[in-house]
Amino acid sequence: MPLKLTVNNQVTTVDVSPDTPLLWVLRDVLNLQGTKFGCGMGVCGACTVLVGGHAVRSCMTHVGSVADEPITTIEGLSPDGLHPVQVAWAALDVPQCGYCQAGQILSAAALLQRTPHPTDADIDTAMSGNICRCGTYTRIRQAIHEAADAGAAARPK
Amino acid sequence: MRLNRRLFLQLTALAGGGLALDLYRSPLALAQGPGTPPDLTPQAFIHIAPDGVVTIMARASESGQGMRNMLPMLIAEELDVDWKSVRVQQAELNEKIYGPQFSGGSANTPMGWEPMRRVGAAGRLLLITAAAQTWGVPEAECTTQSGRVLHATSGRSLSYGELADKAAALQPPALSSVKLKDPKDYRIIGHSQTGIDTHAIVTGKPLYGIDVQLPGMLYAAIEKAPVFAGKVKSANIDQVKALPGVRQVLTIDGGITPAAYTPWEPGMEPGIAIVADTWWQAQQVRKQLKVDWDLGPATTQSTDGFKKRAEELLEAPPASTLRKYGDVDAALKSSAKVVEATYEYPFIAHVTLEPQGATAHWKDGKLEMWSTSTLPADGRGLVAKTLGIQESDITTHMVRAGGSFGRRLQNDYLVEAAWIAKRVDAPVKLLWSREDDIAHDPFRPGGTVGLKGGLDAQGKLTAWRHHLVTFGDEKHSTSGGGIEQDAYPAGFPPAYALYTSAQPLMLRTGALRAPGDNAYCWVAQSFLDEVAHAAGRDPLEFQLELLSNKQAPWSSGEHDAVGDHEPTGQAVLIPERYKGVLELAAEKSGWAHRSKTPGRGMGIAAWFCHLGYFATVADVSVDAQNRVTVRQIWVAGDIGSQVINPAAAENLAFGGIIEGMSHMGQEITLVDGKIQQSNFHNHPLMRMKQAPKIEVYWRKTDFAPTGLGEPTLPPTLPAVSNAIFAATGKRIRTLPLERSGFSWA
Repeated sequence: MPLKLTVNNQVTTVDVSPDTPLLWVLRDVLNLQGTKFGCGMGVCGACTVLVGGHAVRSCMTHVGSVADEPITTIEGLSPDGLHPVQVAWAALDVPQCGYCQAGQILSAAALLQRTPHPTDADIDTAMSGNICRCGTYTRIRQAIHEAADAGAAARPK
Repeated sequence: MRLNRRLFLQLTALAGGGLALDLYRSPLALAQGPGTPPDLTPQAFIHIAPDGVVTIMARASESGQGMRNMLPMLIAEELDVDWKSVRVQQAELNEKIYGPQFSGGSANTPMGWEPMRRVGAAGRLLLITAAAQTWGVPEAECTTQSGRVLHATSGRSLSYGELADKAAALQPPALSSVKLKDPKDYRIIGHSQTGIDTHAIVTGKPLYGIDVQLPGMLYAAIEKAPVFAGKVKSANIDQVKALPGVRQVLTIDGGITPAAYTPWEPGMEPGIAIVADTWWQAQQVRKQLKVDWDLGPATTQSTDGFKKRAEELLEAPPASTLRKYGDVDAALKSSAKVVEATYEYPFIAHVTLEPQGATAHWKDGKLEMWSTSTLPADGRGLVAKTLGIQESDITTHMVRAGGSFGRRLQNDYLVEAAWIAKRVDAPVKLLWSREDDIAHDPFRPGGTVGLKGGLDAQGKLTAWRHHLVTFGDEKHSTSGGGIEQDAYPAGFPPAYALYTSAQPLMLRTGALRAPGDNAYCWVAQSFLDEVAHAAGRDPLEFQLELLSNKQAPWSSGEHDAVGDHEPTGQAVLIPERYKGVLELAAEKSGWAHRSKTPGRGMGIAAWFCHLGYFATVADVSVDAQNRVTVRQIWVAGDIGSQVINPAAAENLAFGGIIEGMSHMGQEITLVDGKIQQSNFHNHPLMRMKQAPKIEVYWRKTDFAPTGLGEPTLPPTLPAVSNAIFAATGKRIRTLPLERSGFSWA
C-alpha cells in the first residue's frame, strides 16, 4: 500500500507494509543510509531521527505511524552540514568509529531545540539513550556545550 | 606482511595476551620480512595531481582508531607537504605493495612509524631529483618547503604538481638509505589533525560496511542454532521459500567439529540463510522458519558447570608451569603473613555498534568483497579456502567498520557473505542482527585465578603464586584466554610462580581489546592492592618499591630491560617507564593528599601492554545501596617520544577507559549451551550519565612511538575496583560488579 512520507522536507511515496520499521524504509527504500541499525529494540539510539522535532528510535517506529509528520534524518539536519551541532562535532573531532554519531547528533539537536543551554544533568538525561561503543561521551558533552554557546551567539539579541 | 600476519594470528590465538612479543621485537625488520623486502615504493602510496593535490593511500583497515589519519600523516610529514593539500584514500587489499594492512595489537604505530616516514622521505627525494634534472643542478642544492622544490642559488622553484609525472617515472631510492627529518622540524606529526572521515560522519554520508549499495543487490540473514555449532536436521524450507520477497533459502552444513579446544577460525557455523529483496523481509522470514536442530555436544556446557570445574582445578596441582623462579611454596611458608584470594571474571562479548556483516558479488568466476575486516588478508585466504577458489580471483575493498575492538580480526561473517554470494546470481549484503551478534560472538573467555602473596615482617613482598584456570586442551589455551610468561609482576617478587590449568570449551573465543591483559591486569593489580593493604602500606609506594627491585631476568631470553634505552623494539617492561606513569598519575590526581571519607575513595593501578605504559587513578563514590559513581579519572600514558595525532590520541584514551568500565558490568552466561544475553539491555555498555570526567596526561620518553588502541584499557578496571575498596572496605574479586553486590549508579 503506498504511503506518503515527508522526509527532509521532501514528500515521497513508498510502497511498503505500514508496520515496516521506519529505519529500514529510510535505509533500504529511500537510500538514506546515514541512519544506523544498532539493536533493533530501541535501546542503543543509533537509529535516532527527528519526527516532528522530537528524537525517536526509527527501528521501533512503524512507518505507517509517521505518515503525517515531518521526518528529519542526519542527511537533512542542515543543507550544508553546518548545523551548530555538526560544526561543534567536527571542531572537537568527536567521532571514533563514528557509527553512533548520526543518532547522537540528532538527539543533541533535539535537546538544544527545547533546552538551548543544557546543564550537564540535562545532557545526561537527554543523551543516555544513545550508546557510544567507542566511549566518546566526554567529547559529546563538550560539543553540546559548544554548540549551545554557538547557537546563543547566532541568535539576535 | 605474511610473516606479520601469521605471527599475529599465532600469538593472538595461542598466547592470548601475549601477542606483542615477536611482533614488536623489531617492527621495521618484521614489516619488511626476512629476505623478502616488501618493496614499498613512494609511487604506491603517493599520487600528486598537476594542481598539487596530494593523494596518500591509507593502507590499514579503519574501524575507529584513526589509522586513516595516523599512517598518512607520517608520509605527509616526510614528503614535506601541507596537510590541507592532502587527500587520503583507502587502499584496496594488496599487501604486496602496501605491506601489512591489518589493524590489531595496537601494531600500526610501531609497524608504520619507520616505513611510512621512509616512504614519504623517498617521495620527497624523487621530487628533488626531478627538479634537479629539470634545472640541470645538483640535487644537494635543492630543498623543499610545503609542496615545492626550491633552488635557493637561482631563486627558482617548482611545485610538486609540476614535477609529479617526472618524479613518478624515476627509480625510487632504497627506503633504508633516505634521511629522515629531525623531530623538532615536524609540522604534522604531533599536531592534531581532524579525522579524515569526520565531515562525512557528521553529515551522514554512506561510509560503513552496512552502507554498501550495489545495483540489483539482495539481502541475506542467517538463522543459526541456539547452541554453538548446532546442525540443521530439517526445516520448512519449501514453505518459507514461497513467502513474499524471498529469493533463495540455503542450508549451511557448516564445518565445525566441537572439541575441547576451539581454534581461532574453527570453520563455518551451520544455519539457514534467507536471501530476500530487503533485509527486513529476510528477518521477518526467520520468524516463520521451523528448524529441527541437532544441537550437538555443546549443550552440556553451562556457566555453573564451568565454575564448578574451575574450583576443582584450582584445588588440584596446576597442569602447567608458565614461569617459576625461587621456591615459592617455601617462601610463602616462611612469610610473616600470607594473603590468599580467588578472582573470577566472566565471558564478555565485543558488541561493535555496527553488527557483523559484509557484501559480496560472485560473477564470472571472480569474487568481489566489501569487507570491514581488520585482518583482511586472512579473510581473503579463509574465503578462498572455504569456497575452493584462488585468492587471485578475489578483490577486497576495505570499508570503514563501525567498531572492531578485536571482533573483526575474525572473518566468519565475511566467509558467510562470500559463501552465499557464490550461490546467488546477484550481489548480496549479509547483515547480522544484534541478537545474532551476541549469540555468535567470539567471546573474551572468562577465567578464575587463585593467588597467594607473602609478606615479611617489614611488609615487603616475599612471594607471588598465581594459578590461572582458563579454557582449552592440554596444548592450547583458548584464543584470548592465555597469559604471557613475563606478565607483570613476573620478575619482581623474590619468589614467583605462574601456573595454568584449562577445562574444555566448545565455543568461539577471540581477542577483545587488550586480549589477556583486559582480565589479567584487573586480577594482578587488584591483588597487589590487596597485598599492599595487608602490609599496611600505601599501594602506590608498595608498587614503586616492587618495581625498583627486579629479581629475575625475562624468561623470553630478552635482554634485561633495566636501564635499557634502545630506541626501538622494546618488547619488555622497563621499570622506570612503569614507575614514571604511576608517579605522573599520582601527582595529577593529588593521590598523596586524597581525602579518606566513608563512601568515597581513590584507587590506583598501572599496566604495560602492547608496548605502552598507562597508570590510572579513579575517584569513586558509593552510595548506601552500593551504587558506584566514577567521579573522575586521571590517566598518565607513556607511548614514547611522539603522540602522533594528539586530539585523536586523547579520544582513544577516553575510549579505553569507558570500555574498561563497561567490561566491569558485563557478562555472558550459558545454560544448556545457550547464551543467556541477547542485546544491550542485558549486556550493557556505559552511557552518558555514567561517563566520568577524564584527564589524560602524556609522559614523553626517548623511545619510538607505539600504539594506543589497547593499553589505555586494562588499568581502568583495577583502578576503579581498588577505589571501591578504598570507599567501602569491600574487595571486588568477582566481575561483573553485580556478582560482588555492587552496580553502576
